[in-house]
Amino acid sequence: MTVFDLAIIGGGLAGCSTALHARKKGASVILLERGRCGGQASGVNYGGVRQQGRHPAELPLATRSRGIWGRLHALVGCDCEFVATGHLKLARNDRDMVDLVAHQAVAADHGIAIELLDGADLRRRFPYIGDRFYGASLCADDGQANPRLAAPAFARAARQLGADVREECPVERAVPSPLGFEIYVTGQDTPIRAHRLVNTAGAWGANVARWFGDSVHEDVMAPNMCVTEPIAPLIGPNLGICGGGIYIRQASGHGSVIFGSGVGIADRDALRARPLAAVTMDAAKAAIDMVPALANVLVVRSWTGIEGRMPDNLPVVGPSPTIANLYHAFGFSGHGFQLGPAVGAVLAELAIDGRSPTCLAGLSMTRFAGVPDPVATTLPPANCSQHKEEGE
Amino acid sequence: MTAEPPIVVVGAGPAGVSAARTLVDAGHRPILVDEGMFPGGQVFRRPPSPLQQSDKKLYGFDARRARRLHDNFSALLPSIIYHAETMVWAVEPGLLHLARGDKAICQPWKRLILATGAMDRIVPTKGWTAPGVVTLGAAQIALKAQASIIGKSVIFLGSGPLLYLVAYQYARAGARVVAVLEAGRPFRRFSDLPAIASGGATFAGGVFYIAWLKAHGVPIKTGIEPLEILHGSDGRTSGLRYRRKGQGRETILSCDALAIGYGLKSETQLADLLGVDFHFDPQQRQWLPTTDLDGRSCVDGVYLAGDGVSVRGNQIAAIAGELAALALLSDMDGSEAPQAGALRREIRRARRFRKALDSVFAFPTDQLKTLPDEALICRCEGLTAGAVRQVVELSGESDINRVKAFSRLGMGRCQGRVCGPAAAELIAAAASTDILHVGRLRGQAPLKPIALATLAGGRDDGI
Repeated sequence: MTVFDLAIIGGGLAGCSTALHARKKGASVILLERGRCGGQASGVNYGGVRQQGRHPAELPLATRSRGIWGRLHALVGCDCEFVATGHLKLARNDRDMVDLVAHQAVAADHGIAIELLDGADLRRRFPYIGDRFYGASLCADDGQANPRLAAPAFARAARQLGADVREECPVERAVPSPLGFEIYVTGQDTPIRAHRLVNTAGAWGANVARWFGDSVHEDVMAPNMCVTEPIAPLIGPNLGICGGGIYIRQASGHGSVIFGSGVGIADRDALRARPLAAVTMDAAKAAIDMVPALANVLVVRSWTGIEGRMPDNLPVVGPSPTIANLYHAFGFSGHGFQLGPAVGAVLAELAIDGRSPTCLAGLSMTRFAGVPDPVATTLPPANCSQHKEEGE
Repeated sequence: MTAEPPIVVVGAGPAGVSAARTLVDAGHRPILVDEGMFPGGQVFRRPPSPLQQSDKKLYGFDARRARRLHDNFSALLPSIIYHAETMVWAVEPGLLHLARGDKAICQPWKRLILATGAMDRIVPTKGWTAPGVVTLGAAQIALKAQASIIGKSVIFLGSGPLLYLVAYQYARAGARVVAVLEAGRPFRRFSDLPAIASGGATFAGGVFYIAWLKAHGVPIKTGIEPLEILHGSDGRTSGLRYRRKGQGRETILSCDALAIGYGLKSETQLADLLGVDFHFDPQQRQWLPTTDLDGRSCVDGVYLAGDGVSVRGNQIAAIAGELAALALLSDMDGSEAPQAGALRREIRRARRFRKALDSVFAFPTDQLKTLPDEALICRCEGLTAGAVRQVVELSGESDINRVKAFSRLGMGRCQGRVCGPAAAELIAAAASTDILHVGRLRGQAPLKPIALATLAGGRDDGI
C-alpha cells in the first residue's frame, strides 16, 4: 500500500509550487487536479507580480515570492516571461498621496523599496500617463509574467523531480484516517493515501476545507480583463490606482496591452465564467483616462476566470485549526499569482518540516472564527518583518 | 410600435433578409443588423452607386436571385428597423452589443435570428502572407464592391466551386487567369456524379464556368499540392511553386496576385457566446452550432439560419431563413405555418448535393501534414507550423485551447477565425490524434477588434 508523504488537492500555481518544493525536500508527493494544471485562475489572471500596495499580512509572502520569481529559470527551467518592469501606483488626490506615503513606510519594514513621485515627477518620467493624477509611487522591483505558462512550468518541474502530478483527476472527498488521509477520486474505488494533505483548491478551497469541519465562507469573483493588439513599447511599469479600479500593463516583448477593472459573472458549480460587455466598456474608459494614447488601440479579446474571494480580501494560508497535518491555502481574492510560488514553498515547509520562516500572521482561517491564530502564537508578528529570503 | 419585445435578425444576406421578410409578413417589425454597407451579404454584395454595374455582370447566373433579394429588401425597408454598417461585438442574455462607426450601442432582444454567414477557409502554404495573396472572398469583394481586380495576372488556388466562379468572374472582368489549381480531384469518382448532378442549376452553373474557362484557354489542374508562394525582391507575390500530388516534378507559374480559398467556414462566434450547443461535422470538418431542421437552437429564443449553421449556399440559406422565422413565430403563438413542410423537404433534398460537394472538395488535411515547419500558420502572432508542432510535442497537449495557452496560437486580431480550422488539423496530425479530441477555439468578445475609444464612447440604449 502506497502512502504518500504529501497529497495536494488543486493544481493551481500554489499547489504546483507546493509539489515542487516538497519534492525538493525529498517527500513523496501526489498532486490531484480536476482539470489541467493552471487551467483556472492561476492561468487566466492579469499576470501582475506586485508587492506594492499589498496588505501587511501578505507582505512576508509577497517578498519571498518576489525572490522566487527572480530565479524562476533555475527553479523550473523557464522564466515564464517574468520581467521586473516596476509597478506604478497612481494617486488621484492628496488623500491618496497620504496613503502612498504611509504604505511606503510599511513596505520599507519588509525591505521593499518604494519611490514617491509628485505630479511634476510623474509627468516628466511617465509622460504617457493622463494628466489628472496627483502623484504616484513606484516599486521598481515589481513586474509581470505570463500566467498561462507559470503553473504548468511548476507542474512540469515537479513531475521531473518525481512528483506524481495527476490531471483530469477530480477528488470527490477526503477523510482523516489513522495514517493521515484517504482521498477518493472519481471513478476509483481505492482511495489515495497520504500522511499530510494540502488544500490548494482555489475557489473550491472552502468546499474541501468543509470535508474536515473547517468551515469558512468563500465567495467567488471573476475579474473582467481585456487585451489589445500588440503596439510599440509605450507603457513601462504596470499601472494601478489608489482605491482599486483600473489596472494596465503592456506585455513585455509581445507588446499587447492587458487591462482590467470590475468583475464579470462566475458560476463556480458549472466551472464557467464570462466577462460582461458593460464592465469592459467602463474599463476601456478608465484605461483611456489613465493612458490616453490607448484610445485608438484595438481590443481583441476579453476574458475572465473563477477566483475565490474571502470576506476581507485576504487569502487563507496556514494549518487547519482542527485537523493535524492538514494545510489550507485558498481564497486568494485576486492576489494569488504573485504569491503562488512562495505559498508553495511555505506549505512544503509547514507540511514537511513543521515550521516555516515566513510569517503567516493574519492569514489563518481562525481569523473568521474569533479563535487564536495558531501561527501567530508560534511565530509572533515581531519576527515577521525581520524575515530575510533564504536560498531555495 | 415597440410595445412588443424586440426580435432581432443579425445579418442581411439571403438568410437574414428572408427571415426578416417572413417576420414582416406575420405582422412584426424586426430589427435587422448588418455589417455590410448594403444588404445582400457576401454573395449579393453591392457596390456604392458611383461604381454601379449590372446585376448580370456582378452575379452571373445568380443575377435573378440577387435582384429578387434586393427588390425584396426595398419592399421590406419601411416595415423593419434596419442598421447597416453595424457590427455585433458582444451578446449577452437579452442584450446585443453593437458598434457603428465609433459608437457603441446596446440593443435589447427577446428573440434572435442569427444569419451570420460564412468566411473563407484557409489552408496556409509557405509564403501565403505575401502582399498580393488574398482570399477568394476578398477577391470577390474587390470585384463587387470596389469594381477593381486584385491583379493583372492571377492564379486561383484552393478547392471548391467558388474557385471556378471567381476565376470566371475575373476573366470576364479583364484579368488574365494564369491557372485554376484545384487541390482536390473532383469528378474522379464516378459514384459522386449523380449526387452532384442533383444540384440542378447550381451544378449546371459550375459545369458552365469550367467549360467557359477551358474554352478560353485557362488551364485547370486538379490534384495540386502547392509548395510555396514565391515573392519578388519587393516582397510582393510573384508566383507559385507546386506539383501534382504523388509526382516529383515541380512547376513554377508566375503571377502578380493569387486568390486562395478552400471552401467556406461558418461564422459561429455569436452562437458560441450565447451558449448554443456545438457538434463536430465530419464532412465540413468544423464545429457547428446544433439546431433542429428549422434552425431552433438549445437556447430559448435563439434561432440560426444560413451558412452560419452549415455552409449550404445562398439558395438554401434563403429557405433556412424563412424556416427559422416560421419556427420563431410558431414558438410565440403555437401556430404551424402551412409552407413549413415544403421548405423542410427542400432543405433535406439539398443535403445530398451538399454532402457530395463536401466529399468531392474535401478539406486537404494532407497539405497540413506536410506543411513545412517554416510556414506561418497563425499570421497574427507570427507563429510557424514548426512552433506549433514543437509545443504539441513538448507539452504532450493536443487540446487546441492548451496549445493556444502555451503558444499564443489564435490569440491575435483574428482570434483564430482565419487560422483555427487549419491549426486544428495541424495539431491533430502532430499529436497523431483524431481532430475531435483537438476541440475548438471558443468565441470571445469582442467578436472582431474594436477600438477602446469606441467601447468607452457614448453609449446609446437601443437603436
